[in-house]
Amino acid sequence: MDLHLHGITKHYPGVAALDDVDLQIASGELVALLGPSGSGKTTLLRVIAGLLHPDAGTLHFGDTDATEMRLRERNVGFVFQQYALFRHMTVAENIAFGLRSRPRRHRPPRAEIAKRVEELLVLIQLPELGTRYPDQLSGGQKQRVALARALAIGPSVLLLDEPFGALDAKVRVELRRWLRRLHEQTGQTTVFVTHDQEEALELADRVVVMREGRIEQVATVEEIHRAPSSPFVFEFIGRANRLDGQVRDGRFVLDGNAGGLPVDSGDFEGAAVLMTRPHDLELVGEGEGFEARVVDFFRRADRITAELECAGQPRTLELDLDEAAPAVPRVGDRVFVRPLQASLYPDAGA
Amino acid sequence: MRDPLQAPRWVHWMLIGLAMLVVAFLLVMPLAMVLGAAFREGVGVWFAALVEPDAVAALKLTLMTAAIVIPLNAFFGMATAWAVTRFEFRGKQALLALIDLPFAVSPVVAGLCLVLLFGREGWFAELLARYDVQVLFAPPAIVLATLFITFPFVARELIPLMEQQGAEEELAARSLGAGAWHTFRRVTLPNIKWALLYGVLLCGARAMGEFGAVSVVSGHIRGLTNTLPLHIEILYNEFHATAAFAVASLLAALALVTLVVRFWLEARHGDALARAHRRH
Repeated sequence: MDLHLHGITKHYPGVAALDDVDLQIASGELVALLGPSGSGKTTLLRVIAGLLHPDAGTLHFGDTDATEMRLRERNVGFVFQQYALFRHMTVAENIAFGLRSRPRRHRPPRAEIAKRVEELLVLIQLPELGTRYPDQLSGGQKQRVALARALAIGPSVLLLDEPFGALDAKVRVELRRWLRRLHEQTGQTTVFVTHDQEEALELADRVVVMREGRIEQVATVEEIHRAPSSPFVFEFIGRANRLDGQVRDGRFVLDGNAGGLPVDSGDFEGAAVLMTRPHDLELVGEGEGFEARVVDFFRRADRITAELECAGQPRTLELDLDEAAPAVPRVGDRVFVRPLQASLYPDAGA
Repeated sequence: MRDPLQAPRWVHWMLIGLAMLVVAFLLVMPLAMVLGAAFREGVGVWFAALVEPDAVAALKLTLMTAAIVIPLNAFFGMATAWAVTRFEFRGKQALLALIDLPFAVSPVVAGLCLVLLFGREGWFAELLARYDVQVLFAPPAIVLATLFITFPFVARELIPLMEQQGAEEELAARSLGAGAWHTFRRVTLPNIKWALLYGVLLCGARAMGEFGAVSVVSGHIRGLTNTLPLHIEILYNEFHATAAFAVASLLAALALVTLVVRFWLEARHGDALARAHRRH
């Protein structure tokens, strides 16, 4: 079912947790709400679920106004971060709970519920574990049971709060691939919250980047990669270098730095921010790009990263080096760097 | 190799011995003496003291009081624990402190409060007189006093447990379409049942043993407003020591039953209680 959020606002004393949020989610989409903690992503998910009531704005499920609809009427499948499995019920009882809780006239017959539970256990690849109790399961298994329990009611939308937050790194990657396949299988409209950009970009069709209660960018994964809408988004979705400078006569220049870079900025002139990724930064000969000084090296499993100090810049730059490169600079060396790819933004603060 | 954190063996044994001695001297010996005194003149006398009409009336009143107080306080305790752990409201800390009031206040003071409210000069005196309702020196006052004294037990057991379990399972149940009652019966109650039983047990033990507050409001009318503890006191004051101890042995037996059930609960379902206990 498609979701339409309009002007959703939620205030906590002193802070706007959500500030006039508009969002459309199409039926069958897999959408990630991505943002740092305090960005309002979980609040937004809880508003959709009916766990929180917005101060203003409307929420539609298809053509139905769900703004005033109570939690139990919304028919959403909500998966809590800590799963919230019923600890005194078996896995099968947990999954059957939603169907068994229906008023008698809407309740499927016993045999049908049992059949549905069996199907879901197969779907989550735990067909043997129906009689276990939650505390006999691993984190990843609990997660899948919570998912099956939410799916059992045939929800109009599936909502997942930090679905992999409580799992270790390896299980996390396995489980999100599995969830991706599951989504392709079921076509269930799904919204999940995460602070992990890698998770969001790998799993989702579309990503909603949030910041301080507002939506910063809504776009497909490709768009987000290709054209982050702001320095914030650029930084949030990967390792980033930021250069604060000016656009003058079609060139991006830095104060106190001799170099410059030709940019295509149309008519724009003035304070600007240039963002670039460490692997998009290359060493060039003297006189090209920007001047910098090597201050440190970091060795990671698959690369060496040089930390560079760029005259006049508050932050250091990171530059990924090819280990096989002929001339590796040393700490203290004066170097020149040029971005192969970069995004230019007018400086909103200036 | 000795564990560096372990105290020397003799300290170890001395402390255990000391604890045993204290338990034996302060707890086991008195209990044994009560039983000894109760049966001093034979089983016949012991039995006669128990079936004597005033004793039977006292036992009935005690059991009736417990039968009214336990379900009421189980309900109030759950309601309070629910309110405190599931909602944010002003005065929550004050409420938490007030729950402990019956523990903090002397039972005699509690009894006197009831006298102030329901006595001949009390606030409700006129109202009660108009409808000819007797509260003070009658079972209603005994029930009220016991209700007050035993109020904290259930709430105190449940609050830490429900705090620790959180509301997420209930929210999950609601989001799956369960109604309020269904959620309570299928999710909340099973999660708290052992702590609830434990609280009820403590509440019941205290309800049957309460002396001070009940003594103030009962009026000590034999066969009518005497509970077991009051009956024991009267017998003792009138030099019927054997009879007093015989009835006391009945109360002691009730205490032992409580103790055994409590022991079983802790052994069998300790996990559902243990964490709740650290706050005591």
